[in-house]
Amino acid sequence: MARPKKKHNKEIFALGNEAVVEGALLAGCNFYAGYPITPSSEIMEIMAQRLPTIPNGAFVQMEDEIGGLGAIIGASLAGRKALTATSGPGFSLMQENLGYGCITETPLVIVNVMRGGPSTGLPTSPAQGDVQQARWGTHGDHSIIVLSASNVQECLEMTIEAFNLAEKYRTPVILLIDEITAHTREKIIIPNEDEYEVFNRTLPTMPPEWYKPYEETVRGVPPMPAIGSGYRFHVTGLTHDVNGFPTSRPDEVREFNERLFRKIDQFLPDIQLVEEIDTEDAEVAVIAYGTVARSAELAVKQARALGVKAGLLKLKTLFPYPRKATEKLMYKAKAIIVPEMNMGQISREVKRVNNGQVSVRTINKVDGQIITPAEILKVLTRI
Amino acid sequence: MADIKGTQLIHEYLRHNKKFPHVFCAGCGHGIVLGSLIRSIHGLGLAKDNVCIVAGIGCSGRLAAYVDFNTVHTTHGRALTFATGIKMAKPNMHVIVVMGDGDSMAIGGNHLIHAARRNIGVTALILNNNIYGMTGGQCSPTTPAGSYSMTTPMGQMEQSFDCVELCTAAGANYVARGSVFHVNKLDSMIMEGITNPGFGVVEILSPCFTQYGRKNKFKSPVDMYHALKSKVTPLERFNAIPEAERGERVPSGVFVKKDKPGLEEKFYEMAARCQGGE
Ligand SMILES: Cc1ncc(C[n+]2csc(CCOP(=O)(O)OP(=O)(O)O)c2C)c(N)n1
Ligand code: SF4
Repeated sequence: MARPKKKHNKEIFALGNEAVVEGALLAGCNFYAGYPITPSSEIMEIMAQRLPTIPNGAFVQMEDEIGGLGAIIGASLAGRKALTATSGPGFSLMQENLGYGCITETPLVIVNVMRGGPSTGLPTSPAQGDVQQARWGTHGDHSIIVLSASNVQECLEMTIEAFNLAEKYRTPVILLIDEITAHTREKIIIPNEDEYEVFNRTLPTMPPEWYKPYEETVRGVPPMPAIGSGYRFHVTGLTHDVNGFPTSRPDEVREFNERLFRKIDQFLPDIQLVEEIDTEDAEVAVIAYGTVARSAELAVKQARALGVKAGLLKLKTLFPYPRKATEKLMYKAKAIIVPEMNMGQISREVKRVNNGQVSVRTINKVDGQIITPAEILKVLTRI
Repeated sequence: MADIKGTQLIHEYLRHNKKFPHVFCAGCGHGIVLGSLIRSIHGLGLAKDNVCIVAGIGCSGRLAAYVDFNTVHTTHGRALTFATGIKMAKPNMHVIVVMGDGDSMAIGGNHLIHAARRNIGVTALILNNNIYGMTGGQCSPTTPAGSYSMTTPMGQMEQSFDCVELCTAAGANYVARGSVFHVNKLDSMIMEGITNPGFGVVEILSPCFTQYGRKNKFKSPVDMYHALKSKVTPLERFNAIPEAERGERVPSGVFVKKDKPGLEEKFYEMAARCQGGE
């Protein structure tokens, strides 16, 4: 998304969680259902205020997160752009319905403001412990899109991105934020309408009798009509044939499962968003995401000032893991440093791509504190 | 569509591109409920596009796949939450939920009481066969004390839920109990449940011979229907019988009928005020 020009835009002073709401509304979100949990609750509270004021907006507070995800799946099937937000324990409760969202190809956006865990863990401390849960939390083998944001402006931009990818690829998209970004107040710029793209799901153009809800298309993404719009079809969490009815015929099952992967794998350049800072001649590169990427950016600048050729690859998409961008770094760099507020959930992906080519160092911190620029700088200058 | 009857009517609403046969055992009550649901929708003259059937997981949940409406087969116990989202998104649609007794009162118990409390404008049909049919006959929250099942081989020791009392206490707008033996009454209860505003529940006693009957000394499915016939007693008559003489009788009829507006009506009224409509 193009960086908006200042003078024509509205500037506000906002929390990361507020920026998520702004982004969602700009993307056309008009439905929210969920259950409160720290540190995500502001998203729900502001939605409760804002949605009744926009035409066709709707909001429900459900009895738990299972219900929250169930309700937004229902709303999305009925044609709405729907959001829910939660934190670790609630995200765990959503996992069964998340799989339902994947297999029924329902566009959904789930924001997980990560806190320390496992279990109720550290409710108001930052962590990045849900990265692999976002990838593999639900049962079964499936593709998924997981995004992250490292500052308040990105909370807005990545929420728009999350809705666009969800609609484009008919899939749940998870946006991971950590507690620091969610609760940091910063000046952000609300873009004008012509400065960002809004993507809506493709509607069928054929007459209802011809429509096959899960038929292969060039993009691998079948058109999706809303419930009640004249196209009557069956939606089920059972593996289904092109007509939407349960099947266990190996050829139909294989084709269906492969398409679910293919529709995302075919378009990696559109999905794998990264930002490169000083990477052209980098001899030591940091790969980071979320608030830690902010510390890393400063550390890289400070290292450069000390004469170390450092660079940063900031991951905005975590899954499908940006392999190409990572490989490119490895051709040039002697070492890669992966700082994370967990015991190594993305460095695992980096090492998989690296496959022993260059040295991969990790900085792992799980004490409920952010990784500081100084901690990253120390490692950068010692390599 | 005016004068078609019986099987002809059923065929009008079945999906012709669905691969039959269906999954129900011979003698299963769930097929009768499907017939009753179709007659009710036809009787009310609802447009197919304006009806959404949301089902949970269990034998009862399979019912949705066969009929030509908007149909959603959800996760186990969660049908009411999906239905809540659909109804809030499309308040003019008739959202009808089909659940089993395990589906609605065990894993989905919390959603059931909160859908009732919230008074969301959906109609819930609870197909109560006193057992988990699809998973092979384990006990459910409505398996009567002393009954046998795969997980109560020595007889059920726990108390069972009374679906009607549960939904009444939770605040549902409409609560009724019918049986697949008394189909004409069942048709009218489903119709009334659909047209009444707010959350409506119709508990439907529906025999499962395969999983419940065989283990509990019923000789055939027909036996189970005879038992239904003798047990199910209209509410007025039931109340007239002294408590000590009621025995195994189960009251049937309409227990609650209130006309409080559904959550979706209240929400969109409030939203209209927020948007300066007033
Ligand atoms: C989360 C989850 N747990 C367990 C199951 C397994 N399961 C499928 S159907 C069912 C119970 C069905 O019983 P009931 O709801 O009474 O419906 P019936 O089959 O008797 O119509 C269970 C436990 C499941 N599908 N999902
Ligand atoms: S197992 Fe029971 S509930 Fe399931 S189809 Fe057979 S008779 Fe019906």
